[in-house]
Amino acid sequence: MTTSQHTISDEIAKIQADSPGGAPLLDFAPYRSTTLRHPTKDPRPVDPEGAELLAPVFGHSDVAAIEADLTVQGGGEPIGERIRVQGRVLDGDGRPVRRQLVEVWQANAAGRYSHQGDQHPAPLDPNFTGVGRCLTDDDGWYSFTSIKPGPYPWRNHHNAWRPAHIHFSLFGTDFTQRLITQMYFPGDQLLALDPIAQSITDPAALARLIASYDHSRSEHEWLLGYRWDIVLTGSHATYLEPSDD
Amino acid sequence: MTDSTPGQTVGPFFHHALAFPGDSELVPFGSAGSVVLHGYVHDGAGDPVPDAMIEIRQADASGAVPRVGGSLRRRGAGFTGWGRSCTDGAGHYWFSTVEPGLPFFAVTVFARGLLDRLFTRIYLPGAEDAVDGLVASREADGRLRFDIHLQGPSETVFFKFPRT
Repeated sequence: MTTSQHTISDEIAKIQADSPGGAPLLDFAPYRSTTLRHPTKDPRPVDPEGAELLAPVFGHSDVAAIEADLTVQGGGEPIGERIRVQGRVLDGDGRPVRRQLVEVWQANAAGRYSHQGDQHPAPLDPNFTGVGRCLTDDDGWYSFTSIKPGPYPWRNHHNAWRPAHIHFSLFGTDFTQRLITQMYFPGDQLLALDPIAQSITDPAALARLIASYDHSRSEHEWLLGYRWDIVLTGSHATYLEPSDD
Repeated sequence: MTDSTPGQTVGPFFHHALAFPGDSELVPFGSAGSVVLHGYVHDGAGDPVPDAMIEIRQADASGAVPRVGGSLRRRGAGFTGWGRSCTDGAGHYWFSTVEPGLPFFAVTVFARGLLDRLFTRIYLPGAEDAVDGLVASREADGRLRFDIHLQGPSETVFFKFPRT
């Protein structure tokens, strides 16, 4: 609790100089909660089989269209900056992931989650749960209307603040493409200080988690638009097809 | 994958978003032919992980992997072959399901403090060609038990697939 941001930032810089990588390092001490929760052995290489080659299927019986609008779930308008986040879900070969489930959750404009575990003394918003779902369309597009989440403090170290973010949960066509990640906002000065974001030690890879402001998606006198595309890993379905030779 | 979108931790505040009624019941609890698959998630000190989430994907009893929707609503959906269980305060997860006709449950693990998802398998007792250490045990009451250790002397074997 008494560790300073300066100390954490020094630790991050040393690790990043040694091991730039595109995936988050699981063993990343600046994020203190990883200490006892990261596997120490390298993952075992295996070829996916059976159920691993097929993602679960979701349909319109699972998700109502209204769940994609996080601003209409209470009795009134939530407080904050109204936004829309849109983008495509693609697989590692550039193909759209069609009619697949996207789940999101986020803090409200004051940086507070509507979760009983969040004790940050910022106001709850009775008109905002911060939870949404949608299905991608036939071209892989998703779209959520929401409120820009606020940054919030956490107890990793002294004066630690998470940059504003939206959690995204994604499925591909294989079970092996499962992804949970966080989308960040452009220009956020807290990103460089954040040990969760900085566990992705390659800046180009981290940049793939940052949405772009897209004025063409903003609506006159209504909301601001952001674009964020998501690229899953590659599907194994064709990659592992047995050959004749 | 050099250009895929990196993962990030699920964090501590996911339950109100990702848990849903019936999420861990691929078939209704106690229904004919059902089995409970359950266990505890532990950290490297052996302590429970009360903020983990486990997902399974599996074949049906005949060995076919279902490709039907309805997992989020469950009621009337039939067997979809996918479920989700958030651990409780004791680090316990559980599913009510059927024993798959293929020898393992495919598993993903998420948790606060875990920066990216982990993949593993849970094999049925007696499965041929099972990966060492990934076989569930049959408890006296018929439930299948498999504990997940993120770290430590009993660390679970986690997987890397060719394209992950």
